[in-house]
Amino acid sequence: MSDHDTTQNRYDLAIIGSGPAGMAAAAEAGRLGLHTALLDEQEEAGGQIYRAIGRAPLADEGVLGADYYQGRVLLEAMQAAAIDYLPGTTVWGVDEDLTLNVSRRGRSQQVHARRLLVATGAQERPVPFPGWTLPGVMTCGAAQVLLKSSAMVPPTPLVLAGSGPLLLLVASQLTHAGVPIDAVLDTTPRDNYRRAVRHSIGALRNPKLLFKGVGLLRALKRSGIPHITGVEELRAESEQGDQVSKVHYRRKGIEHQLDCRTLLVHQGVVPNVQLTRALELEHDWNAHQQCWAPRVDAWGETSRAGIFVAGDSSGIAGAQAAEEAGRLSVLQIARQLERLEEAERDKRSAPIFRRLSPQHVIRPFLDVLYQPARSFQVPEDDTIVCRCEEVTAGELRQIADAGCRGPNQAKAFCRAGMGPCQGRLCGLTVSQILADRSGLPIDAVGYYHIRPPIKPLTLGELADIAE
Amino acid sequence: MPNASRFERLLTRSLDPTTVYVEGQAIKVDRHDTAAAAVLAAGLVPSRSTPASGSQRAPYCLMGACFECLLVIDGVANQQGCMVRIQEGMQIHRQVGARDIHEPPQEVTP
Repeated sequence: MSDHDTTQNRYDLAIIGSGPAGMAAAAEAGRLGLHTALLDEQEEAGGQIYRAIGRAPLADEGVLGADYYQGRVLLEAMQAAAIDYLPGTTVWGVDEDLTLNVSRRGRSQQVHARRLLVATGAQERPVPFPGWTLPGVMTCGAAQVLLKSSAMVPPTPLVLAGSGPLLLLVASQLTHAGVPIDAVLDTTPRDNYRRAVRHSIGALRNPKLLFKGVGLLRALKRSGIPHITGVEELRAESEQGDQVSKVHYRRKGIEHQLDCRTLLVHQGVVPNVQLTRALELEHDWNAHQQCWAPRVDAWGETSRAGIFVAGDSSGIAGAQAAEEAGRLSVLQIARQLERLEEAERDKRSAPIFRRLSPQHVIRPFLDVLYQPARSFQVPEDDTIVCRCEEVTAGELRQIADAGCRGPNQAKAFCRAGMGPCQGRLCGLTVSQILADRSGLPIDAVGYYHIRPPIKPLTLGELADIAE
Repeated sequence: MPNASRFERLLTRSLDPTTVYVEGQAIKVDRHDTAAAAVLAAGLVPSRSTPASGSQRAPYCLMGACFECLLVIDGVANQQGCMVRIQEGMQIHRQVGARDIHEPPQEVTP
Protein backbone atom coordinates (compact mmCIF):
# COMPACT_ATOMS: atom_id res chain seq x y z
CA MET A 1 0.00 0.00 0.00
CA SER A 2 1.37 3.40 -0.83
CA ASP A 3 0.15 6.77 0.29
CA HIS A 4 1.50 9.36 -2.09
CA ASP A 5 0.17 11.65 -4.76
CA THR A 6 -0.47 9.41 -7.73
CA THR A 7 -3.46 11.23 -9.11
CA GLN A 8 -1.88 11.67 -12.54
CA ASN A 9 -2.30 7.96 -12.99
CA ARG A 10 -5.16 6.24 -14.69
CA TYR A 11 -6.53 3.38 -12.69
CA ASP A 12 -8.33 0.16 -13.47
CA LEU A 13 -10.44 0.70 -10.40
CA ALA A 14 -11.26 3.54 -8.04
CA ILE A 15 -12.85 2.56 -4.72
CA ILE A 16 -14.57 5.30 -2.74
CA GLY A 17 -14.69 4.69 0.99
CA SER A 18 -12.46 2.56 3.20
CA GLY A 19 -14.99 0.94 5.50
CA PRO A 20 -15.39 -2.85 5.51
CA ALA A 21 -16.55 -3.00 1.86
CA GLY A 22 -13.81 -0.69 0.60
CA MET A 23 -11.00 -2.28 2.63
CA ALA A 24 -11.96 -5.82 1.58
CA ALA A 25 -12.38 -4.72 -2.04
CA ALA A 26 -8.96 -3.05 -2.03
CA ALA A 27 -7.28 -6.15 -0.67
CA GLU A 28 -8.99 -8.33 -3.29
CA ALA A 29 -8.14 -5.90 -6.09
CA GLY A 30 -4.51 -5.90 -5.01
CA ARG A 31 -4.43 -9.69 -5.07
CA LEU A 32 -5.89 -9.70 -8.60
CA GLY A 33 -3.35 -7.20 -9.84
CA LEU A 34 -5.82 -4.41 -10.60
CA HIS A 35 -4.27 -0.97 -10.63
CA THR A 36 -6.39 0.46 -7.84
CA ALA A 37 -6.91 3.73 -6.00
CA LEU A 38 -8.70 3.67 -2.63
CA LEU A 39 -10.05 7.11 -1.80
CA ASP A 40 -11.46 8.01 1.59
CA GLU A 41 -12.82 11.21 3.01
CA GLN A 42 -11.52 10.24 6.45
CA GLU A 43 -7.88 10.45 7.49
CA GLU A 44 -7.95 6.91 8.86
CA ALA A 45 -9.27 3.71 7.30
CA GLY A 46 -12.07 1.72 8.90
CA GLY A 47 -15.25 3.56 7.97
CA GLN A 48 -17.62 4.29 10.83
CA ILE A 49 -17.90 0.71 12.13
CA TYR A 50 -14.12 0.20 12.38
CA ARG A 51 -13.35 3.85 12.90
CA ALA A 52 -9.73 4.52 13.99
CA ILE A 53 -9.09 0.76 14.04
CA GLY A 54 -5.43 1.34 13.16
CA ARG A 55 -4.96 3.27 16.39
CA ALA A 56 -7.79 2.03 18.60
CA PRO A 57 -6.95 4.49 21.38
CA LEU A 58 -9.12 3.02 24.17
CA ALA A 59 -6.91 1.23 26.71
CA ASP A 60 -9.69 -1.17 27.70
CA GLU A 61 -10.67 -3.32 24.72
CA GLY A 62 -13.68 -4.58 26.68
CA VAL A 63 -15.46 -1.27 26.13
CA LEU A 64 -16.06 -1.64 22.39
CA GLY A 65 -16.02 -5.44 22.36
CA ALA A 66 -14.41 -8.03 20.13
CA ASP A 67 -16.47 -7.28 17.01
CA TYR A 68 -14.79 -3.90 16.64
CA TYR A 69 -11.27 -5.31 16.77
CA GLN A 70 -12.18 -7.75 13.98
CA GLY A 71 -11.61 -4.74 11.75
CA ARG A 72 -7.84 -5.15 12.24
CA VAL A 73 -7.88 -8.19 9.95
CA LEU A 74 -9.37 -6.13 7.12
CA LEU A 75 -7.02 -3.23 7.75
CA GLU A 76 -3.94 -5.45 7.65
CA ALA A 77 -5.07 -7.03 4.38
CA MET A 78 -5.67 -3.60 2.89
CA GLN A 79 -2.28 -2.31 4.06
CA ALA A 80 -0.55 -5.32 2.54
CA ALA A 81 -2.23 -4.80 -0.84
CA ALA A 82 -0.39 -3.19 -3.76
CA ILE A 83 -2.82 -0.30 -4.20
CA ASP A 84 -2.71 3.48 -3.88
CA TYR A 85 -4.45 4.65 -0.71
CA LEU A 86 -5.55 8.28 -0.66
CA PRO A 87 -6.94 9.24 2.78
CA GLY A 88 -8.34 12.70 3.44
CA THR A 89 -9.70 12.76 -0.10
CA THR A 90 -13.25 13.92 -0.75
CA VAL A 91 -14.90 12.92 -4.01
CA TRP A 92 -17.21 15.81 -4.89
CA GLY A 93 -18.15 14.90 -8.44
CA VAL A 94 -17.85 12.21 -11.10
CA ASP A 95 -17.80 12.93 -14.84
CA GLU A 96 -19.48 10.82 -17.53
CA ASP A 97 -16.22 8.99 -18.33
CA LEU A 98 -15.70 8.06 -14.64
CA THR A 99 -13.19 10.82 -14.02
CA LEU A 100 -13.42 11.61 -10.33
CA ASN A 101 -13.16 15.19 -9.17
CA VAL A 102 -11.62 15.09 -5.75
CA SER A 103 -10.50 17.52 -3.11
CA ARG A 104 -7.34 16.62 -1.24
CA ARG A 105 -5.36 18.76 1.19
CA GLY A 106 -7.26 21.84 0.05
CA ARG A 107 -6.68 21.27 -3.67
CA SER A 108 -8.84 19.75 -6.36
CA GLN A 109 -7.48 16.99 -8.56
CA GLN A 110 -8.80 14.43 -10.99
CA VAL A 111 -8.54 10.65 -10.82
CA HIS A 112 -9.36 8.56 -13.88
CA ALA A 113 -10.67 5.03 -13.56
CA ARG A 114 -12.10 2.35 -15.85
CA ARG A 115 -14.35 1.01 -13.11
CA LEU A 116 -15.81 2.67 -10.04
CA LEU A 117 -16.77 0.99 -6.76
CA VAL A 118 -18.85 3.15 -4.43
CA ALA A 119 -18.47 1.96 -0.83
CA THR A 120 -19.66 5.04 1.01
CA GLY A 121 -21.59 3.11 3.65
CA ALA A 122 -24.50 4.26 5.70
CA GLN A 123 -25.62 7.23 7.67
CA GLU A 124 -27.95 7.27 10.63
CA ARG A 125 -31.58 7.69 9.69
CA PRO A 126 -32.77 11.21 10.40
CA VAL A 127 -34.70 11.21 13.69
CA PRO A 128 -37.03 14.21 13.61
CA PHE A 129 -38.84 14.86 16.89
CA PRO A 130 -39.53 18.05 18.84
CA GLY A 131 -36.25 19.36 20.23
CA TRP A 132 -33.87 17.25 18.13
CA THR A 133 -31.89 20.34 17.08
CA LEU A 134 -31.03 21.28 20.69
CA PRO A 135 -27.34 21.22 21.63
CA GLY A 136 -26.75 18.14 23.77
CA VAL A 137 -28.94 15.98 21.51
CA MET A 138 -26.66 13.79 19.39
CA THR A 139 -26.88 10.50 17.57
CA CYS A 140 -25.77 7.21 19.11
CA GLY A 141 -23.40 6.93 16.16
CA ALA A 142 -21.79 10.23 17.11
CA ALA A 143 -21.16 9.00 20.66
CA GLN A 144 -19.61 5.85 19.21
CA VAL A 145 -17.37 7.83 16.85
CA LEU A 146 -16.00 9.81 19.83
CA LEU A 147 -15.49 6.64 21.83
CA LYS A 148 -13.62 4.91 19.00
CA SER A 149 -11.53 7.76 17.69
CA SER A 150 -10.95 9.93 20.77
CA ALA A 151 -11.82 7.65 23.73
CA MET A 152 -14.26 10.35 24.83
CA VAL A 153 -17.58 9.92 26.62
CA PRO A 154 -20.48 12.36 26.89
CA PRO A 155 -21.46 14.43 29.93
CA THR A 156 -24.19 13.15 32.26
CA PRO A 157 -27.05 12.87 33.10
CA LEU A 158 -27.31 10.73 30.00
CA VAL A 159 -30.41 9.26 28.35
CA LEU A 160 -30.57 7.11 25.21
CA ALA A 161 -33.71 7.07 23.10
CA GLY A 162 -34.78 5.30 19.93
CA SER A 163 -34.80 1.89 18.35
CA GLY A 164 -32.43 -0.58 16.77
CA PRO A 165 -29.38 -2.72 17.52
CA LEU A 166 -27.00 0.25 17.70
CA LEU A 167 -29.06 1.81 20.51
CA LEU A 168 -28.49 -1.28 22.64
CA LEU A 169 -24.86 -1.64 21.57
CA VAL A 170 -23.98 1.94 22.48
CA ALA A 171 -25.77 1.54 25.82
CA SER A 172 -23.65 -1.53 26.48
CA GLN A 173 -20.41 0.15 25.37
CA LEU A 174 -20.95 3.28 27.47
CA THR A 175 -21.85 1.11 30.46
CA HIS A 176 -18.58 -0.79 30.02
CA ALA A 177 -16.85 2.56 29.87
CA GLY A 178 -18.27 3.36 33.31
CA VAL A 179 -20.66 6.05 32.14
CA PRO A 180 -23.93 5.99 34.09
CA ILE A 181 -27.03 5.88 31.86
CA ASP A 182 -30.24 7.12 33.47
CA ALA A 183 -32.54 5.31 31.03
CA VAL A 184 -32.82 3.68 27.62
CA LEU A 185 -36.11 4.86 26.13
CA ASP A 186 -37.13 2.29 23.52
CA THR A 187 -39.47 3.69 20.88
CA THR A 188 -39.80 0.40 18.94
CA PRO A 189 -43.56 0.19 18.19
CA ARG A 190 -45.13 -2.75 20.07
CA ASP A 191 -46.76 -3.96 16.87
CA ASN A 192 -43.33 -4.47 15.27
CA TYR A 193 -42.66 -7.56 17.41
CA ARG A 194 -45.79 -9.29 16.08
CA ARG A 195 -44.99 -8.30 12.50
CA ALA A 196 -41.36 -9.40 12.78
CA VAL A 197 -42.28 -12.89 13.96
CA ARG A 198 -43.45 -13.69 10.41
CA HIS A 199 -39.84 -13.32 9.31
CA SER A 200 -38.33 -15.34 12.15
CA ILE A 201 -37.42 -18.33 9.97
CA GLY A 202 -34.84 -16.18 8.18
CA ALA A 203 -33.60 -14.94 11.55
CA LEU A 204 -33.08 -18.50 12.77
CA ARG A 205 -30.74 -19.08 9.85
CA ASN A 206 -28.36 -16.62 11.45
CA PRO A 207 -28.38 -17.77 15.08
CA LYS A 208 -25.04 -16.06 15.82
CA LEU A 209 -26.42 -12.60 15.16
CA LEU A 210 -29.68 -13.42 16.92
CA PHE A 211 -27.80 -14.54 20.05
CA LYS A 212 -25.76 -11.35 19.97
CA GLY A 213 -28.96 -9.32 20.04
CA VAL A 214 -30.40 -11.36 22.89
CA GLY A 215 -27.08 -11.03 24.71
CA LEU A 216 -27.21 -7.24 24.45
CA LEU A 217 -30.74 -7.16 25.86
CA ARG A 218 -29.71 -9.46 28.74
CA ALA A 219 -26.63 -7.37 29.50
CA LEU A 220 -28.77 -4.26 29.57
CA LYS A 221 -31.14 -5.93 32.02
CA ARG A 222 -28.27 -7.11 34.24
CA SER A 223 -26.75 -3.65 34.32
CA GLY A 224 -29.84 -2.34 36.08
CA ILE A 225 -30.36 0.52 33.61
CA PRO A 226 -34.09 1.11 33.17
CA HIS A 227 -34.93 -0.15 29.66
CA ILE A 228 -38.29 1.50 29.09
CA THR A 229 -40.21 0.02 26.17
CA GLY A 230 -43.26 1.36 24.37
CA VAL A 231 -42.04 4.96 24.53
CA GLU A 232 -44.07 7.48 22.51
CA GLU A 233 -44.16 11.24 21.96
CA LEU A 234 -40.47 11.78 22.62
CA ARG A 235 -39.63 15.46 23.16
CA ALA A 236 -36.42 17.23 24.18
CA GLU A 237 -36.56 20.54 25.97
CA SER A 238 -34.26 23.24 27.18
CA GLU A 239 -35.46 24.84 30.41
CA GLN A 240 -32.87 27.56 30.39
CA GLY A 241 -30.09 28.49 28.06
CA ASP A 242 -29.48 26.70 24.82
CA GLN A 243 -28.90 23.14 25.87
CA VAL A 244 -31.10 20.11 26.36
CA SER A 245 -32.07 19.67 30.02
CA LYS A 246 -35.18 17.50 29.94
CA VAL A 247 -36.55 14.66 27.87
CA HIS A 248 -40.30 14.07 27.93
CA TYR A 249 -42.15 10.99 26.75
CA ARG A 250 -45.45 9.19 27.05
CA ARG A 251 -45.87 5.54 28.00
CA LYS A 252 -49.23 3.78 28.26
CA GLY A 253 -50.87 7.19 28.14
CA ILE A 254 -48.89 8.62 31.05
CA GLU A 255 -46.50 11.55 30.60
CA HIS A 256 -42.99 11.15 32.05
CA GLN A 257 -39.88 13.31 32.14
CA LEU A 258 -36.20 12.84 32.89
CA ASP A 259 -33.32 15.25 33.46
CA CYS A 260 -30.48 15.00 30.97
CA ARG A 261 -27.49 16.89 29.68
CA THR A 262 -26.91 14.48 26.83
CA LEU A 263 -29.65 12.74 24.86
CA LEU A 264 -28.39 10.15 22.36
CA VAL A 265 -30.91 9.23 19.69
CA HIS A 266 -31.03 6.51 17.07
CA GLN A 267 -33.53 5.05 14.59
CA GLY A 268 -31.37 2.71 12.56
CA VAL A 269 -29.14 3.40 9.58
CA VAL A 270 -29.90 4.00 5.92
CA PRO A 271 -27.70 3.91 2.80
CA ASN A 272 -25.65 7.03 2.19
CA VAL A 273 -27.08 7.81 -1.26
CA GLN A 274 -25.46 11.20 -1.80
CA LEU A 275 -22.95 9.96 -4.36
CA THR A 276 -25.15 7.28 -5.96
CA ARG A 277 -27.87 9.91 -6.45
CA ALA A 278 -25.39 12.40 -7.89
CA LEU A 279 -24.36 9.63 -10.32
CA GLU A 280 -28.03 9.44 -11.38
CA LEU A 281 -28.18 5.71 -10.75
CA GLU A 282 -31.58 3.99 -10.57
CA HIS A 283 -32.78 3.73 -6.97
CA ASP A 284 -35.63 1.68 -5.54
CA TRP A 285 -37.65 2.20 -2.39
CA ASN A 286 -37.09 -0.59 0.13
CA ALA A 287 -40.34 -0.88 2.09
CA HIS A 288 -38.83 -3.05 4.84
CA GLN A 289 -35.96 -0.67 5.45
CA GLN A 290 -38.02 2.45 4.68
CA CYS A 291 -35.29 3.97 2.57
CA TRP A 292 -33.93 4.15 -0.96
CA ALA A 293 -31.08 2.07 -2.25
CA PRO A 294 -29.38 1.97 -5.66
CA ARG A 295 -30.52 -0.92 -7.88
CA VAL A 296 -27.68 -3.46 -8.16
CA ASP A 297 -27.19 -6.96 -9.58
CA ALA A 298 -25.66 -9.87 -7.65
CA TRP A 299 -22.17 -8.39 -8.20
CA GLY A 300 -23.14 -4.90 -7.12
CA GLU A 301 -23.18 -3.41 -10.64
CA THR A 302 -25.64 -0.56 -10.95
CA SER A 303 -27.87 0.78 -13.73
CA ARG A 304 -24.76 2.46 -15.17
CA ALA A 305 -22.36 -0.14 -16.57
CA GLY A 306 -18.97 0.04 -14.90
CA ILE A 307 -20.24 1.62 -11.70
CA PHE A 308 -20.58 -0.77 -8.75
CA VAL A 309 -21.89 -0.22 -5.23
CA ALA A 310 -20.95 -2.50 -2.33
CA GLY A 311 -21.77 -2.60 1.35
CA ASP A 312 -24.36 -0.60 3.23
CA SER A 313 -24.50 2.08 0.53
CA SER A 314 -26.35 -0.48 -1.61
CA GLY A 315 -28.76 -1.49 1.19
CA ILE A 316 -28.24 -2.07 4.90
CA ALA A 317 -26.86 -5.53 5.62
CA GLY A 318 -24.07 -4.86 8.13
CA ALA A 319 -20.28 -4.96 8.20
CA GLN A 320 -19.78 -8.65 7.53
CA ALA A 321 -22.03 -8.57 4.47
CA ALA A 322 -20.27 -5.39 3.32
CA GLU A 323 -16.83 -6.95 3.13
CA GLU A 324 -18.15 -9.94 1.19
CA ALA A 325 -20.01 -7.63 -1.20
CA GLY A 326 -16.82 -5.62 -1.76
CA ARG A 327 -14.95 -8.81 -2.74
CA LEU A 328 -17.72 -9.90 -5.11
CA SER A 329 -17.72 -6.59 -6.95
CA VAL A 330 -13.97 -6.78 -7.45
CA LEU A 331 -14.18 -10.32 -8.83
CA GLN A 332 -16.71 -9.17 -11.43
CA ILE A 333 -14.67 -6.07 -12.24
CA ALA A 334 -11.60 -8.26 -12.77
CA ARG A 335 -13.73 -10.45 -15.03
CA GLN A 336 -14.90 -7.43 -17.05
CA LEU A 337 -11.33 -6.16 -17.39
CA GLU A 338 -10.27 -9.64 -18.52
CA ARG A 339 -7.99 -10.33 -15.57
CA LEU A 340 -10.06 -13.30 -14.51
CA GLU A 341 -11.69 -16.13 -16.47
CA GLU A 342 -15.39 -16.61 -15.89
CA ALA A 343 -14.82 -20.06 -14.40
CA GLU A 344 -12.24 -18.68 -11.99
CA ARG A 345 -14.58 -15.84 -11.00
CA ASP A 346 -17.32 -18.36 -10.26
CA LYS A 347 -14.98 -20.61 -8.31
CA ARG A 348 -13.77 -17.75 -6.14
CA SER A 349 -17.19 -16.19 -5.66
CA ALA A 350 -19.07 -19.37 -4.65
CA PRO A 351 -17.85 -19.43 -1.03
CA ILE A 352 -18.42 -15.67 -0.75
CA PHE A 353 -22.06 -16.02 -1.84
CA ARG A 354 -22.42 -18.82 0.73
CA ARG A 355 -21.07 -16.63 3.53
CA LEU A 356 -23.26 -13.74 2.42
CA SER A 357 -26.53 -15.66 2.54
CA PRO A 358 -27.13 -15.76 6.33
CA GLN A 359 -26.33 -12.03 6.52
CA HIS A 360 -29.17 -11.33 4.08
CA VAL A 361 -31.80 -13.80 5.29
CA ILE A 362 -31.94 -12.25 8.78
CA ARG A 363 -32.58 -8.75 7.38
CA PRO A 364 -36.38 -8.89 6.90
CA PHE A 365 -36.72 -9.86 10.57
CA LEU A 366 -34.42 -7.09 11.82
CA ASP A 367 -35.75 -4.51 9.35
CA VAL A 368 -39.38 -5.06 10.33
CA LEU A 369 -38.59 -5.34 14.05
CA TYR A 370 -36.78 -2.00 14.07
CA GLN A 371 -38.90 -0.03 11.63
CA PRO A 372 -39.14 3.45 13.10
CA ALA A 373 -42.44 4.53 14.63
CA ARG A 374 -44.65 6.57 12.30
CA SER A 375 -43.97 9.76 14.27
CA PHE A 376 -40.27 9.60 13.29
CA GLN A 377 -41.10 9.09 9.61
CA VAL A 378 -43.89 11.63 9.24
CA PRO A 379 -43.54 13.82 12.34
CA GLU A 380 -46.10 16.19 13.87
CA ASP A 381 -46.54 19.63 12.32
CA ASP A 382 -44.39 21.58 14.80
CA THR A 383 -41.32 19.35 14.35
CA ILE A 384 -38.37 20.71 12.39
CA VAL A 385 -37.61 18.45 9.42
CA CYS A 386 -34.93 20.40 7.56
CA ARG A 387 -32.45 21.34 10.27
CA CYS A 388 -30.41 23.67 8.07
CA GLU A 389 -33.24 25.85 6.78
CA GLU A 390 -35.50 25.19 9.77
CA VAL A 391 -38.51 23.95 7.83
CA THR A 392 -41.21 22.17 9.85
CA ALA A 393 -43.35 19.19 8.94
CA GLY A 394 -46.37 21.52 9.04
CA GLU A 395 -44.87 23.79 6.36
CA LEU A 396 -44.21 20.75 4.17
CA ARG A 397 -47.84 19.63 4.57
CA GLN A 398 -49.00 23.14 3.63
CA ILE A 399 -46.98 23.14 0.42
CA ALA A 400 -48.21 19.61 -0.38
CA ASP A 401 -51.76 20.94 -0.01
CA ALA A 402 -50.82 23.87 -2.25
CA GLY A 403 -49.91 21.43 -5.00
CA CYS A 404 -46.23 20.70 -4.42
CA ARG A 405 -45.70 17.21 -5.81
CA GLY A 406 -42.10 16.44 -4.98
CA PRO A 407 -39.02 17.30 -2.96
CA ASN A 408 -37.36 19.27 -5.75
CA GLN A 409 -40.33 21.58 -6.06
CA ALA A 410 -40.35 21.81 -2.26
CA LYS A 411 -36.98 23.55 -2.46
CA ALA A 412 -38.59 26.42 -4.37
CA PHE A 413 -41.57 26.50 -2.01
CA CYS A 414 -39.76 26.49 1.33
CA ARG A 415 -35.97 25.96 0.90
CA ALA A 416 -36.08 22.47 2.49
CA GLY A 417 -32.90 20.65 1.48
CA MET A 418 -31.08 23.77 0.35
CA GLY A 419 -28.81 24.22 3.36
CA PRO A 420 -25.22 23.05 3.78
CA CYS A 421 -26.10 19.37 4.44
CA GLN A 422 -27.63 19.18 0.94
CA GLY A 423 -30.63 17.18 2.09
CA ARG A 424 -28.71 14.45 3.93
CA LEU A 425 -30.68 15.02 7.14
CA CYS A 426 -34.11 15.81 5.67
CA GLY A 427 -34.35 14.08 2.28
CA LEU A 428 -36.04 10.91 3.50
CA THR A 429 -38.50 12.74 5.73
CA VAL A 430 -39.43 15.35 3.10
CA SER A 431 -40.26 12.62 0.56
CA GLN A 432 -42.21 10.63 3.14
CA ILE A 433 -44.27 13.64 4.29
CA LEU A 434 -45.08 14.73 0.73
CA ALA A 435 -46.07 11.18 -0.25
CA ASP A 436 -48.14 10.72 2.90
CA ARG A 437 -49.94 14.05 2.54
CA SER A 438 -50.67 13.81 -1.17
CA GLY A 439 -51.57 10.11 -1.08
CA LEU A 440 -48.98 9.28 -3.73
CA PRO A 441 -46.62 6.31 -3.61
CA ILE A 442 -43.16 7.42 -2.48
CA ASP A 443 -41.67 6.21 -5.77
CA ALA A 444 -43.84 8.77 -7.56
CA VAL A 445 -42.76 11.57 -5.20
CA GLY A 446 -39.09 10.70 -5.60
CA TYR A 447 -36.02 12.22 -3.98
CA TYR A 448 -33.93 15.36 -4.25
CA HIS A 449 -31.78 15.72 -7.34
CA ILE A 450 -28.29 15.64 -5.83
CA ARG A 451 -25.81 17.57 -7.91
CA PRO A 452 -22.06 17.97 -7.66
CA PRO A 453 -20.23 19.31 -5.78
CA ILE A 454 -21.67 16.91 -3.21
CA LYS A 455 -19.46 18.50 -0.55
CA PRO A 456 -18.89 22.25 -0.37
CA LEU A 457 -15.64 23.43 -1.89
CA THR A 458 -14.10 26.84 -2.44
CA LEU A 459 -13.89 28.50 -5.83
CA GLY A 460 -10.13 28.32 -5.45
CA GLU A 461 -10.29 24.54 -5.17
CA LEU A 462 -12.56 24.36 -8.19
CA ALA A 463 -10.12 26.49 -10.18
CA ASP A 464 -7.31 23.97 -9.49
CA ILE A 465 -8.96 21.59 -11.95
CA ALA A 466 -8.35 23.96 -14.85
CA GLU A 467 -4.61 24.17 -14.16
CA MET B 1 -15.50 25.76 37.93
CA PRO B 2 -15.43 22.58 35.86
CA ASN B 3 -17.56 22.81 32.76
CA ALA B 4 -20.39 20.31 33.21
CA SER B 5 -20.88 20.07 29.45
CA ARG B 6 -17.43 18.66 28.76
CA PHE B 7 -16.83 15.31 27.19
CA GLU B 8 -14.32 13.35 29.28
CA ARG B 9 -11.45 11.26 27.97
CA LEU B 10 -11.08 7.69 29.20
CA LEU B 11 -7.79 5.95 29.77
CA THR B 12 -6.02 5.57 26.44
CA ARG B 13 -3.38 3.20 25.13
CA SER B 14 -1.22 6.17 24.34
CA LEU B 15 -1.75 9.88 24.05
CA ASP B 16 -0.10 12.20 21.57
CA PRO B 17 -0.88 15.43 23.37
CA THR B 18 -0.95 18.90 21.92
CA THR B 19 -2.78 22.16 22.57
CA VAL B 20 -5.44 23.96 20.58
CA TYR B 21 -7.39 27.09 21.42
CA VAL B 22 -11.17 26.97 21.60
CA GLU B 23 -12.58 30.50 21.81
CA GLY B 24 -9.13 31.49 23.06
CA GLN B 25 -9.04 28.91 25.85
CA ALA B 26 -6.16 26.43 25.74
CA ILE B 27 -7.40 22.83 25.49
CA LYS B 28 -5.25 19.74 25.72
CA VAL B 29 -6.14 17.31 22.96
CA ASP B 30 -4.72 14.35 21.10
CA ARG B 31 -3.23 14.96 17.66
CA HIS B 32 -5.72 12.56 16.12
CA ASP B 33 -8.75 14.40 17.48
CA THR B 34 -10.97 16.40 15.17
CA ALA B 35 -11.83 20.06 15.73
CA ALA B 36 -15.35 18.95 16.69
CA ALA B 37 -13.94 16.62 19.35
CA ALA B 38 -11.82 19.50 20.69
CA VAL B 39 -14.94 21.66 20.93
CA LEU B 40 -16.75 18.92 22.88
CA ALA B 41 -13.71 18.38 25.14
CA ALA B 42 -13.79 22.12 25.83
CA GLY B 43 -17.52 21.99 26.59
CA LEU B 44 -18.22 24.66 23.96
CA VAL B 45 -21.91 23.87 23.57
CA PRO B 46 -23.61 25.44 21.62
CA SER B 47 -20.88 25.80 19.02
CA ARG B 48 -22.68 27.59 16.20
CA SER B 49 -25.86 29.46 15.33
CA THR B 50 -27.87 29.00 12.15
CA PRO B 51 -28.01 31.60 9.35
CA ALA B 52 -31.77 30.96 9.04
CA SER B 53 -32.94 32.05 12.51
CA GLY B 54 -29.87 32.24 14.72
CA SER B 55 -30.91 29.14 16.67
CA GLN B 56 -28.15 27.47 18.68
CA ARG B 57 -26.58 24.20 17.56
CA ALA B 58 -23.80 21.78 18.46
CA PRO B 59 -22.12 18.77 16.79
CA TYR B 60 -24.78 16.17 16.03
CA CYS B 61 -23.66 13.25 13.80
CA LEU B 62 -19.82 13.53 13.76
CA MET B 63 -19.77 11.61 10.45
CA GLY B 64 -19.72 14.49 8.02
CA ALA B 65 -23.43 14.34 7.19
CA CYS B 66 -25.27 16.95 9.26
CA PHE B 67 -23.06 20.07 9.01
CA GLU B 68 -24.07 21.08 12.55
CA CYS B 69 -20.42 21.23 13.64
CA LEU B 70 -19.54 24.16 11.35
CA LEU B 71 -16.72 26.18 12.94
CA VAL B 72 -14.31 28.98 12.20
CA ILE B 73 -10.93 27.24 12.12
CA ASP B 74 -7.76 29.33 11.88
CA GLY B 75 -9.82 32.15 10.47
CA VAL B 76 -11.54 30.09 7.77
CA ALA B 77 -15.31 30.06 8.25
CA ASN B 78 -17.83 27.23 7.69
CA GLN B 79 -15.42 24.33 8.25
CA GLN B 80 -16.95 20.94 9.04
CA GLY B 81 -15.35 20.47 12.45
CA CYS B 82 -15.77 16.70 12.48
CA MET B 83 -13.83 16.39 9.20
CA VAL B 84 -10.86 18.55 10.22
CA ARG B 85 -8.06 16.98 12.19
CA ILE B 86 -6.57 19.35 14.75
CA GLN B 87 -3.13 20.84 14.39
CA GLU B 88 -0.97 22.25 17.14
CA GLY B 89 -2.01 25.75 18.10
CA MET B 90 -5.17 25.66 16.00
CA GLN B 91 -7.58 28.51 16.73
CA ILE B 92 -11.15 27.29 16.84
CA HIS B 93 -14.12 29.61 17.14
CA ARG B 94 -17.90 29.41 17.01
CA GLN B 95 -19.53 29.89 13.62
CA VAL B 96 -22.10 32.60 14.26
CA GLY B 97 -24.78 32.67 11.58
CA ALA B 98 -23.67 32.84 7.97
CA ARG B 99 -20.03 33.50 7.13
CA ASP B 100 -19.11 37.12 6.58
CA ILE B 101 -18.47 37.57 2.87
CA HIS B 102 -16.68 40.85 3.57
CA GLU B 103 -13.98 39.18 5.66
CA PRO B 104 -10.45 39.91 4.45
CA PRO B 105 -9.06 37.36 2.00
CA GLN B 106 -7.05 34.53 3.53
CA GLU B 107 -3.32 34.72 3.48
CA VAL B 108 -2.18 32.63 0.56
CA THR B 109 0.66 30.23 1.24
CA PRO B 110 2.59 29.14 -1.82
